Amino acid sequence: MRPDLPPQTPSQLTRRWFLRDCSMGLAGMALAGLLQRDGYGAEPSPLAPHAPPLPAKAKRVIYLFHAGAPSQLDLFENKPELAKRSGQLPPAELLKNYRSAFINPNSALLGPKFAFNRYGTSGLELSEIMPHLGTVADELCVIRTMQTDAVNHAPAQIMMNTGSPQFGRPSLGAWTLYGLGSQADDLPGYVVLSSSKGTSGGSSNWGSGFLPTRFAGVPFRASGDPILYLSNPPGIDEETQRASLTALEHLNQQQLAANGDPDITARIQSYEMAFRLQQSAPDLMDLGKESKATLDLYGVDPGKASYARNCLLARRLIERGVRFVQLFHEAWDQHGNLTNDLRKNCRDTDQGTSALIQDLKSRGLLEDTLVVWGGEFGRTPMVQGGNDGRDHHNRSFTMWLAGGGAKRGYTHGETDELGFNVVRNPVHVHDLNATILRLLGYDHTQLTYRFQGRDYRLTDVHGEVVSALIA
Amino acid sequence: MQHERPLTASVLPSRRLIAALVLLMCVIGARAAAADSGEQLTFNRDIRPILAEHCFTCHGQDKAARKSNLRLDEREAALKGGKSGDAAIIPGKPEASMLIKRVLSSDPDDIMPPPKAKNPLKPEEIEILRRWVAHGAAYQPHWAYIPPQQPQLSAEARDHAIDTLVATQLSRAGLTHAQEADAATLCRRLWLDLVGLPPGPRDLDDFAGAWSHDHEAAYSALVDTLLASPHYGERWARPWLDVARYADSDGYEKDLPRQQWAWRDWVIRALNADMPYDRFIIEQIAGDQLPEATQDQMVATGYLRNAMVSEEGAIIAEQYRMEGMFDRMDALGKGVLGLTVQCAQCHSHKFDPITQDDYYRMFAALNNTYEATSRVYGPEKLTTIASIHHGIADIAARVKSEHADWQSRFTAWQHGLQDAAIPWEVVTPVEPVWSGGLVHPQVLPDGSVLSLGFRGNNGELSFTATPRTSTITGFRLEALTHRDLIFGGPGRNIDGLFAVAELIIEMRPPGESAWTRIALTKATADYESPERPLGEPFRMDDKDKRTLGPAAFLIDGKTETAWSPDRGAGRRNAATEVVVQCAEPLVLPEGAALRIELKFAHAGRDPHGRDNNLLGRFRIAMTGATAPTAGPLPTEARLALEVPQAERTAAHQETLFVAWLESAPEWAAIKTQIGALWAQFPAADTSILHLAERSQDDARITHVLERGAWDRPGLAVTPGTPAFLHPLQPSAEPARLAFARWLVDRRSPTAARVAVNRVWQSLFGQGLIDRPEDFGVRTPEPIQAELLDWLAVDLMDHHWSQKQLIRTIVTSRTYRQSSQVTLEQEERDPRNFLLARGPRFRADAEVIRDIALRTSGLLSDAIGGPSIFPPVPPSLMAASFIDIDFWKTATGPERYRRSLYVFRRRSMPDPVLSSFDAPNGDQACAGRIRSNTPLAALAALNETVFLEAARAFALRILKEGGGNDAQRAAYAFRLCTSRSPRPEEVDVITALVASRRARLGDGWLDAREITTGNPATLPVLPAGATPTDAAAWTIVARVLLNLDETLTKN
Repeated sequence: MRPDLPPQTPSQLTRRWFLRDCSMGLAGMALAGLLQRDGYGAEPSPLAPHAPPLPAKAKRVIYLFHAGAPSQLDLFENKPELAKRSGQLPPAELLKNYRSAFINPNSALLGPKFAFNRYGTSGLELSEIMPHLGTVADELCVIRTMQTDAVNHAPAQIMMNTGSPQFGRPSLGAWTLYGLGSQADDLPGYVVLSSSKGTSGGSSNWGSGFLPTRFAGVPFRASGDPILYLSNPPGIDEETQRASLTALEHLNQQQLAANGDPDITARIQSYEMAFRLQQSAPDLMDLGKESKATLDLYGVDPGKASYARNCLLARRLIERGVRFVQLFHEAWDQHGNLTNDLRKNCRDTDQGTSALIQDLKSRGLLEDTLVVWGGEFGRTPMVQGGNDGRDHHNRSFTMWLAGGGAKRGYTHGETDELGFNVVRNPVHVHDLNATILRLLGYDHTQLTYRFQGRDYRLTDVHGEVVSALIA
Repeated sequence: MQHERPLTASVLPSRRLIAALVLLMCVIGARAAAADSGEQLTFNRDIRPILAEHCFTCHGQDKAARKSNLRLDEREAALKGGKSGDAAIIPGKPEASMLIKRVLSSDPDDIMPPPKAKNPLKPEEIEILRRWVAHGAAYQPHWAYIPPQQPQLSAEARDHAIDTLVATQLSRAGLTHAQEADAATLCRRLWLDLVGLPPGPRDLDDFAGAWSHDHEAAYSALVDTLLASPHYGERWARPWLDVARYADSDGYEKDLPRQQWAWRDWVIRALNADMPYDRFIIEQIAGDQLPEATQDQMVATGYLRNAMVSEEGAIIAEQYRMEGMFDRMDALGKGVLGLTVQCAQCHSHKFDPITQDDYYRMFAALNNTYEATSRVYGPEKLTTIASIHHGIADIAARVKSEHADWQSRFTAWQHGLQDAAIPWEVVTPVEPVWSGGLVHPQVLPDGSVLSLGFRGNNGELSFTATPRTSTITGFRLEALTHRDLIFGGPGRNIDGLFAVAELIIEMRPPGESAWTRIALTKATADYESPERPLGEPFRMDDKDKRTLGPAAFLIDGKTETAWSPDRGAGRRNAATEVVVQCAEPLVLPEGAALRIELKFAHAGRDPHGRDNNLLGRFRIAMTGATAPTAGPLPTEARLALEVPQAERTAAHQETLFVAWLESAPEWAAIKTQIGALWAQFPAADTSILHLAERSQDDARITHVLERGAWDRPGLAVTPGTPAFLHPLQPSAEPARLAFARWLVDRRSPTAARVAVNRVWQSLFGQGLIDRPEDFGVRTPEPIQAELLDWLAVDLMDHHWSQKQLIRTIVTSRTYRQSSQVTLEQEERDPRNFLLARGPRFRADAEVIRDIALRTSGLLSDAIGGPSIFPPVPPSLMAASFIDIDFWKTATGPERYRRSLYVFRRRSMPDPVLSSFDAPNGDQACAGRIRSNTPLAALAALNETVFLEAARAFALRILKEGGGNDAQRAAYAFRLCTSRSPRPEEVDVITALVASRRARLGDGWLDAREITTGNPATLPVLPAGATPTDAAAWTIVARVLLNLDETLTKN
């Protein structure tokens, strides 16, 4: 339940009835303005922005999902002991009750592939292949001790994004939209941007599960129409589109007068919203108005799809009131070719990520925008496939937060000297999600939705807010 | 009042919102009245919802979660009290009852529910509880757990039971039935509801003609005609496909295409044949266990395999089999039982009396199964196959009748073989590995190695062993079948075949680290196929030199050649073997290790294993006998011969007998006859994923799983059902079949109600129960409970005939009402729960697309067959985890087949259908949400097939619609909405035509581009039509196809 909404009264019911299904706007689209303009009253729609029940440090989220499982041991965790024992078998007691995904667990240890440098006043150690991230090291809240339940990609991605390894649950973005609504007038409240290939978890990663579809993430496409079917058919110019939709509205209005079914109002609204979307989306995607300095900061070629371009689009989206933006970059499954692939992945993403943080900061947006970086699990200290690959590892891996009330320049938790097990302050997926919701102003146990007779929540029956992560 | 409910409801989709609100208001109304007046309280209506909401979580039937050993869901227990020993309820004495004391307490340590539950009772609710205790605290069983009974009605009322029962509710609310809808509306309503298509102009004219003559006769005739239409099954398949989570792909990350449409065809045929609903369910759960089960009945059990299948790298196959089992339970719970059984997977249900044991007892009824893939043949091919089997049986019978001494000769032949048999020692593998690690091969008790899950491409499967035999002269590689392999294997390729490029055997003396390769020679096989080039889909290109062929290819040192026997359709999925000799007898020192490697190098291009040529199960054995060879028997027969006589089954005997006829020189002529019969064996039309039963001697034991985790088995359980439901009949039948019969037993309190509710929901847009998947205790008795029960009993009384049920509903006055909404209704019953007007709601996704196709004249009405690939934007494909090479976008009539046949890829939901809320099949969907989003509007305006429909529709209008724009407007409007337009509607349309003509005339618009998408091309125009006509009408057609009325079932 969302405790902020006033109780329904019968007198509101009739007005609501007029709005029935109008609110089924484009996932997350706030309709209040439009409805007001059209004289249906200023009743808050479920997607209208609303304040959370608890003080919130973050108003919106940009979630950078690096799918495939980035190697924490080559990017974030400097383990001299692992380097020293590279090539040796791991200690037997480490492997007790351990089931690997792919490799024979009794494979040799593999030392880090890159050197580590210290950055910022916090002295955060980062791999040499992420020099840009180093420049914002003091903004980061690094969690070294993430843990998850699943060890195969699809279930683990679903686990990270929906709190369950089973398909069909609402994503964090959908819960966020459900809890907070959206401030975007002409855009979806939850937008998904992808670079690289599609994700293992597919559309379920940003799905609405049993929540109404309007809470689902709307993918913006890197090529063709940013939103599917946004463009009119060949030969239909804007004037014709307007004339067509006006005729459509007149005919539907006549039917409304004849039949009285308020669903017709909803239909009229959805076509009007579609027209507005046709006008606002191209403007959003047009990077021509960004300064050269900004484009250079991100390293963006405006005409070319890339992760960095998606980072810039993320900023433009939240500037327009979008509540939750999620980037997917599925490229991190290095069972082999670890060294070269990690270099390439960092070349593709490091600058964009750090530019986003700098850009948000310089615009005063970082303060209340939570940036989350991470993948579905981590990778083993043991080698796989010769001497240049690592297996799946769900016992300990690294994610980080920035902005939105996350503690700056902070590193949380500790793993053992080989980076295999957590020795201090584990953070389970449920704990992370509970913490993110808390930053957004929700007690994760109270943001619930009743489905099939049960009150579901993002964290199921688990999760503890990790207050150490909160500034 | 219960503030939680409206708050939650306010963020539901608004239809549900209003439903919840109205229901709430009724409940509030009833409760308010109950609270302040002397009105009789009833447990089910007034008390149980309060207790379920606030108390049962800790004081319900879940023993593990129970606090203070107190339960309030049973009267006896509540009267007895919990740990404290104080009675929670003392009937007639609320002040002395702990329940009332505790809910009234102001001490935060004492008050119930405890403050930390954040679920406080409202004062009104407390008052209701107080009055209930004061009046004696009577309990009732939950309404839905009591089998439905028909209310007493007079004989006359029984003929119109629906209308009588609805009228009773209406009159209580001071409302009456609305007037009957007009003929055109009724005609369209029936068409959309019974066959899922809009009527054409001739259909409308015919009906109007008959209607003017005799309303009742015309209406009833149309109902009969449509129920008899083969398109009825297509329309009514959809709700069942939703709840059966049908999809054309496997799900999870690869989400590869699967062949499962044979099951969909079965559903269409079963519905068209009006298969009784109980039979419909039984066949889908245990059709294969019915006496003399047919191919159709096996296909029916495809229902249980609509679950997702994971072939992600390195999975543990059993983990995902369990996921599939949980999904089956969920689908049965939502679709048949109407209970949220999946809650009891991890712990006893919090609200409904389903214990965790109950869950696993039902689970056990389905669990002694394996996930089979079988070929499916059309009727003629089935006849051919039957005649082949009969032919062979006839030959065998003839041999027996013509040769009195056959028995002794047959036995002597067997003894001869047994005497000549050489001893083999199975090489027991230690930790077999697949190169790259993506497969975890399992070692079975017989020493064979089974690979399930991920399908690799090329690579090596290897293992080491330390055998006992000291002198080795040869090795045997048996390719073995297994139930979990495609078509039973032994291979994993599209035919269940395989190609092994090389067999490499190495030896390592104790204490050494280097392996020495053993030279192998003289490969023989039980069956040899000649050398042949590698065919599709394995062949890479024209330069691909790889070949398949005889056993010698295993040891020829060339990876381009592979051993790949194929005995042809009908006999190819059988065990087979190769024996190779050591070039020099190998003397193994004590403690020496062997390393066996099978090299695979004949896969095709697909990186996800669809073009693999792997061996699914194999076994290695070795011998010290001199010059060992394979044969002379086929491996299946040799294995049968090795079974001790007393343990041989009829199948073993038959295999041996036929092998005799095929191998003994004396039967050479007969061998030719048998070969000729097998040569007629047809290729399959498709295949089906289905569930099949494991043999009893290999029965799987089901355990309660601790916290529902697949790898945490607890106590073993046997098949059974929850005690609170009707009893499972003792039966000699297999457990799965008995369970299937139990599900749809006439005494089931929910089966018929669930079935009726699903039909009602399809026709009226909302069920009589608004939560179609949950008839449990948290669902209060519905307003129309008597109606639901009357129909449920009526369904069973009519042999579970769905057509009869639909006929009863659609011929009712209630169904035939106008959907016109009056202000009074809008105030009093906005969601139309009381049914004071006819149904009107946006059509389902598939119907919307089908309306556009039929209206435009593009629709292809072919029934059944494989799914078709609609055009989708390249950017959608680009977002796939795997590269999609199977999307052969449909052209010609295939492109315009009904939406039921649109390919459903789980991870890539069809952008059109999903924008109109079609589920993607990840899990069972018992009721769709109905949204109206701008994304859906954009799809219907701009998507390729909708655009093609608009263009085709324009040409149809110009061809058939009359000579001027006003006539065309009227014609086109009627095609879309089934009614003639009002003059002002014609005006809007003709004004748009005129303004478009002007824009075209002024050169602002390009007629060619609009009508074909290509500035250089024009379509073939109807006689007399100009390019401007076609372009202007294309624009208008696009508008008309998007009219609210076009998209709506009214």
